[in-house]
Amino acid sequence: MSFGFSRAQAVALVAMVAVIIVAPALLYPVFVMKVLCFGLFASAFNLLIGYVGLLSLGHAAFFGMGSYVAAYAAKSWGLSAELAILAGGIVGAAIGLVFGWLAIRRQGIYFAMITLALAQMVFFFCLQVPFTGGEDGIQQVPRAPLLGLISMQDDMSLYWLIAGIFLAGFLAIHRIVHSPFGQVLKAIRENEPRAISLGYRVDDYKLLAFVLSAFLAGIAGAAKSQVFGIATLTDVDWTMSGEVVLMTLLGGIGTIFGPVIGALVFGGLETYLAQFGDWVTVTQGAIFILCVLAFRRGIVGEVGARLRLGL
Amino acid sequence: MVMIFGKPLLLLYGQLTLGLINGAFYALLSLGFAVIFGLLNVINFAHGALFMLGAFVTWGLLTYLGIGYWAALVIAPIVVGALGVALEKLLIARLHGLDHLYGLLLTFGCALVIEGLMRNQFGSSGVPYAIPHALQGPLNLGFMVLPLYRAWVVIAAAAMCLVTWLLIEKTRLGATLRAATENAPLVQAFGVNVPRLVTLTYGAGVGLAAFAGVLAAPMNSVNPNMGSNLIVVVFATVVIGGLGSILGSIITGFSLGIIEGLTKVYYPEGSATVVFVVMVIVLLIRPAGLFGKAA
Repeated sequence: MSFGFSRAQAVALVAMVAVIIVAPALLYPVFVMKVLCFGLFASAFNLLIGYVGLLSLGHAAFFGMGSYVAAYAAKSWGLSAELAILAGGIVGAAIGLVFGWLAIRRQGIYFAMITLALAQMVFFFCLQVPFTGGEDGIQQVPRAPLLGLISMQDDMSLYWLIAGIFLAGFLAIHRIVHSPFGQVLKAIRENEPRAISLGYRVDDYKLLAFVLSAFLAGIAGAAKSQVFGIATLTDVDWTMSGEVVLMTLLGGIGTIFGPVIGALVFGGLETYLAQFGDWVTVTQGAIFILCVLAFRRGIVGEVGARLRLGL
Repeated sequence: MVMIFGKPLLLLYGQLTLGLINGAFYALLSLGFAVIFGLLNVINFAHGALFMLGAFVTWGLLTYLGIGYWAALVIAPIVVGALGVALEKLLIARLHGLDHLYGLLLTFGCALVIEGLMRNQFGSSGVPYAIPHALQGPLNLGFMVLPLYRAWVVIAAAAMCLVTWLLIEKTRLGATLRAATENAPLVQAFGVNVPRLVTLTYGAGVGLAAFAGVLAAPMNSVNPNMGSNLIVVVFATVVIGGLGSILGSIITGFSLGIIEGLTKVYYPEGSATVVFVVMVIVLLIRPAGLFGKAA
């Protein structure tokens, strides 16, 4: 046991890193980068639903604003890549602080509905303010050089940066979950009144978890805008919040690798079904229904349970 | 020209009636939504999609069967209600005893499937539906001229809200429903078939949404996306009103529509977000909602 990884997790982690290294040789690098961005986004979302038991339906706000801010910073201010992406994360965290402060007043489904409604507010904000470019979004965002020195024009250079960000975020989430702080989060998930009676300031813990999740979601969105060179309303739309729920549910809520696998399957579906138009939506909906009815542990949760491994 | 706070009176009247109409839809939808939540503990994310289906059934009845608007007002809610009954029996009932969140996710999936299928079939731009002959033309109220159809929407929606409220508060069936909402096992022990009551309630709730869909059909085009943005406003309405009270969701729905209309006059940029701003304010002052009981 090192770094809080079980044996099975350590093996899975090595395998994942190996896949990340080999993948761009086999698949289109931009596709893999998209999966990594979504994987980080879903992992950030999973930090809340999986370990605190809070369903946020507003994560598109952090992802989308992260995307807009990084795109704007890279294009209009000429910030370097790491600063632009960090700016996206910080803005995500700031919005998360406001959302969290408001939403943790209510529990369960109310929490979900409040986060959704707040995210819708951010959507309309993005639709109206000039800096986002409204319906057009921010287009032709340059790929900012890393540290202002290393060019990211080449897909592979950017790939290693994105892979590094993804891994750092992934490990950070794992570390958070296995820290004393993470133990308290899990206690809140299991039995909130009891956690309160043990003297924990439950609201503070929830808020911090929410802000951390929003920060990482913002980073993921920011990274995505660097990959595609565009930031649009799609990223703040509430369907994006729905998609991140789907990825996490599909991969396995409350498992550390689940959201990444979910993002991979989801990204694949989206790419290969794109030619069939709205069948993507129908398929997503059908997967949702199937997961909820028959498959609530998700892919990783199911595999872990079958093989009796602590994934 | 008469001015109120620097805005022409006619503009104010116009936006107020538009607000009232939107409010009528919010009220009808959040009413069904609240009844379903009360008994089933399910956040019915498919509510907007079923509202949209109501409008499409109306259009289909006319296009394929030549059945007009007035008959559709009765038939469409029954058709969509029957679909709701099937959804409840086949899917939602299986989640009994699980966390509420699964109900939300399941109905979200249903909404995606329904909307995706309709977009495949009809495209995103939608199909037109003409205002029925008897409701065409203007209505002169003396101080303003109002399209007759808009007046009809407000009256029909308000009447439907009233009927639903009376049904729930003043009849024996309503009393059973309210009792089951409070304590389902106990009501079942008295010999009431609660699972059937649950199924029928879901059917009735989405039937209300479909009724709103029929009313909406001649307003703009009938299109597959008409429900998906509305559902978020319905969520906000329900958070503001609190899920406890039927009357609360009706009043909240209408008030929010009017507030939205007023915002369009005085601060147009804020009209899309004002509902959510109200929600934030209510959450800060009364976290349980205006009409809700404190948890």
